[in-house]
Amino acid sequence: MSFSRGSRKIFDDISLDIPRGKVTAIMGPSGTGKTTLLKLIGGQLRPEQGTIKMDNNDVHQLSRKDLYQLRKRMGMLFQSGALLTDINVFDNIAYPLREHTDLDESMIRSLVLMKLNAVGLRGARDLMPSELSGGMSRRVALARAIALDPVMVMYDEPFTGQDPISMGVLVNLIHRMNQHLHLSSIVVSHDVPETMSISDYIYLISGGKIVAQGTPDDLKNSNDPWVQQFIAGEADGPVPFHFPAEPVMQDLLS
Amino acid sequence: MNTKVIETTVGLFVVFGFAAFFMLAMNVSNLITYESSEGYQVHARFDNIGGLKVRSPVAVGGVRIGKVAAIAYDNEAYEAVVTLEIEPKYNKFPTDTSAGILTAGLLGEQYVGLEPGAEEEYLKSGDEITVTQSAIVLEEIIGQFLYSKADEK
Amino acid sequence: MIKNIQLLGQKLIATVARLGQASVFLYHILLTMPGVLIRPKLIIKQLYSTGVQTLIIILVAGTFVGMVLALQAYYVLVDFGAEDSISQMVVLSLMRELGPVITGLLFAGRAGSALTAEIGLMKSTEQLSGMEMMAIDPMQRVMAPRILAGFLAMPLLTAIFMAVGVLGGYLVAVHGVGIYEGVYWSLAQTKVDFYTDLMNGMIKSVVFGLVIVWIAVFEGHDSVPTSEGLGQATTRTVVHGSLAVLGLDFLLTALMFGDI
Repeated sequence: MSFSRGSRKIFDDISLDIPRGKVTAIMGPSGTGKTTLLKLIGGQLRPEQGTIKMDNNDVHQLSRKDLYQLRKRMGMLFQSGALLTDINVFDNIAYPLREHTDLDESMIRSLVLMKLNAVGLRGARDLMPSELSGGMSRRVALARAIALDPVMVMYDEPFTGQDPISMGVLVNLIHRMNQHLHLSSIVVSHDVPETMSISDYIYLISGGKIVAQGTPDDLKNSNDPWVQQFIAGEADGPVPFHFPAEPVMQDLLS
Repeated sequence: MNTKVIETTVGLFVVFGFAAFFMLAMNVSNLITYESSEGYQVHARFDNIGGLKVRSPVAVGGVRIGKVAAIAYDNEAYEAVVTLEIEPKYNKFPTDTSAGILTAGLLGEQYVGLEPGAEEEYLKSGDEITVTQSAIVLEEIIGQFLYSKADEK
Repeated sequence: MIKNIQLLGQKLIATVARLGQASVFLYHILLTMPGVLIRPKLIIKQLYSTGVQTLIIILVAGTFVGMVLALQAYYVLVDFGAEDSISQMVVLSLMRELGPVITGLLFAGRAGSALTAEIGLMKSTEQLSGMEMMAIDPMQRVMAPRILAGFLAMPLLTAIFMAVGVLGGYLVAVHGVGIYEGVYWSLAQTKVDFYTDLMNGMIKSVVFGLVIVWIAVFEGHDSVPTSEGLGQATTRTVVHGSLAVLGLDFLLTALMFGDI
């Protein structure tokens, strides 16, 4: 599918397949529109051309009501957690349960505590979002994302800006969630080592096109210099270090 | 801020708001005088009604007993027809009662003043007051004054 | 020269387009109303933040405005020997104009800007997106209750403003300047008409309330999610809201009092 913002083509005729039950990673340099891709899948943005299908439903052909029904089966973890700041942790996770189900409060309480337990934050249930650290917010957001037991979870840059321990915790959680809850996960990130350690399949996107795809091993062994530069994190290569300019001596001497 | 406190405060706020509104309606407007609005109607014809308006008061001896319900113009007789609505409890006006258009104070609003007559029969709904006094128009008085002054010379 | 006219034209078109955007926005919110009315808790919470928290400033402003009005009225009327008409002037000014307009301006400044900031912040922290992805319509849960609350809070606040204003005027007139208490209240009663004065004032306040929250919520929703963008959005709310109040006031006054 293709998608543009204004005159800038963000995605130029790309095709992706996200297999069920596996962790699929979408990686690429900053600003390539990875978050935009998640929004397109979730139906918040519309592609100019092409279709996005989840479970054989064309996301953008659905009526508003059906789209909302579909979204209940997706969970999304935003980069900032996107917790509602005026209610505490418990209520944040209970929110989708209270809105979309008719369960009574005792059932909801059990469910919320279970989800919190899965992310290891059962003791933090009464804190307000402003009192949580970045890593803790993301874990709470993850618990909220799985509150309705979705079939698919999308993670928007889950590892960005985390300290090594939180990073480890999150990596571990994403992997285990996928296994135990039989989820299909889409991880959007540019943290190479972490993402590669848990992904089953990776798409590398740059400049609106898919530059490379494959299993982590495929990419590690790839001959494409761009892929190598990205994966190894080298400063210079196909993506140059220097912004285009005149030769150094010419600039200094003029 | 828990819900109980919020709900109570909002409740108080709404009550306060309505109380303010009622205070204004009752004490500071003429709402009370609207309550008696099922009076009987009487007509009166004038050459000139001056500044009389619909809802202008109708008074006897300075006491308000009704209001002007409608003002119309009779194109055939070239007269203004004023419909007065008088409160039902004031139903003892003789048929030769006179109606005049007077001014409250010097520059105040105009009202219809009734002067009871001497007949034995009383005005009923739909009757007409035959003795009327039109409004005093300032320009005519000044004109009269000037002419009379001119005559004296 | 031509370029300036072009710019002006472009600005005009942009303004009209934005008005259209705002109208579509309002329409979507109104569509969700049935769902909002069955969730009174949301409305009550918003009534608290828009109404109750504006109460103090309304009380203070109302009292002072009433008092100043009475004072100024006295100074002018005493020259005509008509100082007894003080209550008439105070009450009519408050009910017809000052009540709705000043309450509207204060409301736009306090509640309007707070609304815009709140929604703009929710937008920039992706809370609105998050709600959408949880299959919860932010129009229904976030925007609609706030619009309803503003619609309900304004007339209440205006009534309170008028009432304390009248009382403030009473204080100055009777205890300050020496008008007879009975004269103050009886003149107010006879000279003020429930429908033309009080109800018209209330109608104005309802219209103002709706327009102010509409602008506030729209600007918040439409804001650029940066700190600078938020500042601009709140400024726009206060400025546009205040101008709208004043402009509509003229329109409504002409309509309502035009044939008196």
